[in-house]
Amino acid sequence: MSEYTAKDYKKGQPRWCPGCGDHFFLASLHKAMAELGVAPWNVAVISGIGCSSRLPYYMNTYAMQTIHGRAAAISTGAKVTNPDLTVWQVSGDGDGLAIGGNHFIHAVRRNIDLNMILLNNRIYGLTKGQYSPTSPRGFVSKSSPYGTVEDPFCPAELCFGARGRFFARAAAVDAAGTVEILKAAAQHKGAAICEILQNCMIFNNGVYDYLAKKEDRAKNAIYLKHGQPMVFGENNEYGLVQEGFGIKVVKIGENGVTLDDILVHDAHCMDNTLQLKLAMMDGPDFPVAFGVIRDVEAPTYDEAVHAQIEEVSAKKKYHNFAELLETNDIWEVK
Amino acid sequence: MAEGMEYKELDQVVVRFSGDSGDGMQLAGSIFSTVSATVGNSISTFPDYPADIRAPQGSLTGVSGFQVHVGAAKVFTPGDECDVLVAMNAAALKTQLKFAKPNATIIIDTDAFKEADLKKAEFKTADPLAELGVNPDRVIACPITDMVKEALADSGMDNKSILKCRNMFALGLVCWLFSRDLNIAFNFLREKFQKKPGVAEANIKVIQAGYDYGHNTHSSAANVYRIESKVKEPGRYMDITGNKATAYGFIAAAEKAGLKLFLGSYPITPATDVLHELAKHKSLGVITVQCEDEISGAATAIGASFAGALAVTSTSGPGLCLKSEAMNLAVTAELPVVLLDVQRGGPSTGLPTKSEQTDLLQALFGRNGESPMPVIAATSPTDCFDAAYMASKIALEHMTPVILLTDAFIANGSSAWKLPNLGEYPSINPPYVTEEMKNNYTPYKRNDGDVRYWAIPGQEGYTHILGGLEKDGNTGAISTDPENHNKMVHVRASKVAKIPVPDVEVVGCKDDADLLIVGFGSTYGHLHSAMDEMIKDGKKVALAQFSYINPLPKNTAEVLKRYKKVVVAEQNLGQFAAYLRMKVDNFVPYQYNEVKGQPFVISELVEAFNEILNK
Repeated sequence: MSEYTAKDYKKGQPRWCPGCGDHFFLASLHKAMAELGVAPWNVAVISGIGCSSRLPYYMNTYAMQTIHGRAAAISTGAKVTNPDLTVWQVSGDGDGLAIGGNHFIHAVRRNIDLNMILLNNRIYGLTKGQYSPTSPRGFVSKSSPYGTVEDPFCPAELCFGARGRFFARAAAVDAAGTVEILKAAAQHKGAAICEILQNCMIFNNGVYDYLAKKEDRAKNAIYLKHGQPMVFGENNEYGLVQEGFGIKVVKIGENGVTLDDILVHDAHCMDNTLQLKLAMMDGPDFPVAFGVIRDVEAPTYDEAVHAQIEEVSAKKKYHNFAELLETNDIWEVK
Repeated sequence: MAEGMEYKELDQVVVRFSGDSGDGMQLAGSIFSTVSATVGNSISTFPDYPADIRAPQGSLTGVSGFQVHVGAAKVFTPGDECDVLVAMNAAALKTQLKFAKPNATIIIDTDAFKEADLKKAEFKTADPLAELGVNPDRVIACPITDMVKEALADSGMDNKSILKCRNMFALGLVCWLFSRDLNIAFNFLREKFQKKPGVAEANIKVIQAGYDYGHNTHSSAANVYRIESKVKEPGRYMDITGNKATAYGFIAAAEKAGLKLFLGSYPITPATDVLHELAKHKSLGVITVQCEDEISGAATAIGASFAGALAVTSTSGPGLCLKSEAMNLAVTAELPVVLLDVQRGGPSTGLPTKSEQTDLLQALFGRNGESPMPVIAATSPTDCFDAAYMASKIALEHMTPVILLTDAFIANGSSAWKLPNLGEYPSINPPYVTEEMKNNYTPYKRNDGDVRYWAIPGQEGYTHILGGLEKDGNTGAISTDPENHNKMVHVRASKVAKIPVPDVEVVGCKDDADLLIVGFGSTYGHLHSAMDEMIKDGKKVALAQFSYINPLPKNTAEVLKRYKKVVVAEQNLGQFAAYLRMKVDNFVPYQYNEVKGQPFVISELVEAFNEILNK
């Protein structure tokens, strides 16, 4: 049992709009941290710029709200310097995938042990309503009055393309689902991406309405659990099966389909082919995948850096500045 | 020594080794400088690389040079023009002749002056010496390639490896010319090729062959010279480049402060060697992260600083622009970070391998908002060590980012460095939080120097948030209060203004100079040499070279107003002069500005300063 409660991680009064997904997420983060039980002074929460990046101000931990897009890079420096710190990096879809896209993919590629939160509301809220890199093609916003003419990123695809080892997804309004993936991310060693789907009441209201209520999620989402069959529906009456190189939705009991035909989720499988297909599913033909979609162990950058330092230190004969000087060609003038 | 020849004493000599980029001119030059330094001569070196990635062999654009200045007394620069030019092929002679004095001795490999070589070097006739107007009496024309092949005929080496030793023949010849002790060179090579004794011995054999060739033919074009050391400062020395000295300065500062050293960097010429150097020293606990871009270099350094390291990011040219935003976060979050800017020719990609002082105003002011940042400029390759050490000390003790300016000239150039004793360097004491602050710490409470206290994550009772938004000075919470902002802007400025820096020193005719020369950073050697020449010529001149740019030394105004005439000489269009005019009332200096990507030429400085004296 953890000696901490959610209260130990809380600070201040959040200033987000009423009903904003950030409120839901913050509460889940406090809860997950309490359950994980890492002391607040061993935690650093680092964000960039945007509505969601205000989050560190509401954390009673070490924290930094930095500059737009750079949270992943700043977190990298902190984690590599002190691997004992638990580092949570918080960004929105603009901060993480637009201005900070380069740092995002490289933090994932290096596999730094960061818990990387991507709060995805598919809109720019702080600047009052422009489309984001996750807004769908044709999306009408203040900066796209006739609809966007560009395709969005799917965060999971970007994560997998950067050789990500951990990807999980939850809806901000689903506290239990969010807490579960946050804990899994923290327990995963390496860069762990959590995509949180959340509503923006003011500029993109209703974007995730089809996932808002529990009964909607039962129909329109699938909760993936490692080792469990991929079933969903109000009575778990639907499942996913393989068809050719793809997957399809079937109804159990129809056309001779039984539970044995349903795919079993393997989050630990190194080959990410099926995990990517699951992560890319979206309505109306497919359920949106929630839970831990991929969770594969691999060496982390921060540990490898320090392991190399130890390994080389054991071999080299110089360990301080004075000894370093002696490794050079030296002559004496008498 | 051959019969009938006499040693001629020289005060100083400049030797320029030149050849194809792959001809090993750097190695030949650095061995010559080491050999000279070992006997107590003063040395200064400067490599001159082509900007091409790899130009075709024998072509004009593929020539690289390495200049060594050896002096009996202190030399401050690699020298304007050389006394001896080694040209390993026709292209080298053609491109490098402009760096030679009119009466310079020229050593050429006649085997690399054949028809095809002359064609590649775009000679129009079969007589390159006549075409360039070189007096053949000054030329030691030697079939170096053939003689090297001959010397190594029994070595069992393949032809390609044998040809790689041509540089050593030229070195042997130069060593003969200046009566150098070959044993020092031999020891150097045996040390360098410890793991390849065959290579070491082959090189040694060829050096000896070159030396013997000079000795036996006592090449009629030359005398044999000696440069006796006049000002020996006893001690142990090594040859060091500015970039290496900079890296060493950071290592020393981290050790003194008891902190991990972290470097976040993206490779960029001519700063990359600092990354290379620090990446080697894992056994000192140095963490280097080769980042995805320049921004990340600065950003990871900020994260490292937050987590309690001596954090450094290194760059040059366009990289400085990319780091501006992150450095501004370090300014307002008040985190210690050292940004090393090895200046190169600009704007944009500019002249990546050449040197300028054109980033000064950007270093001082190139950020949004009121964003004061200390700026320090190193004055020589060896001064890079002290400058990096002091930049780190200021950053850590005053909780501020610091910009350290060096440039391609001193970064790549080298000189003999008396090994420092770290025990004699000032201590580094960051303003850590105290036990009394536990549970009531807020991050922007300050000490008498307006410096905030540093709470490193992982300590109970000091959790806090830093950020780019303006914060309340007392609570650390976000604040848009006008009075608070005004106060914070002022306190960030006063914090930097209160940093104590040493007075600027005036050298030369400091009591009665008719002209004060003012410079900053890497031009020290050239300005000092120009001053020396003028004083020798009976002129009354003095020099004030600035290392501390922000804050300026307290005696700045007094020094600048002490003399009748002041000239500010710099390798830009007058950035330091403009800055001084902003800081010192009614200061109107003469200016000497040159932006060629090359070091100043001492004779040109002397001419310009004399003109000012005569006005």
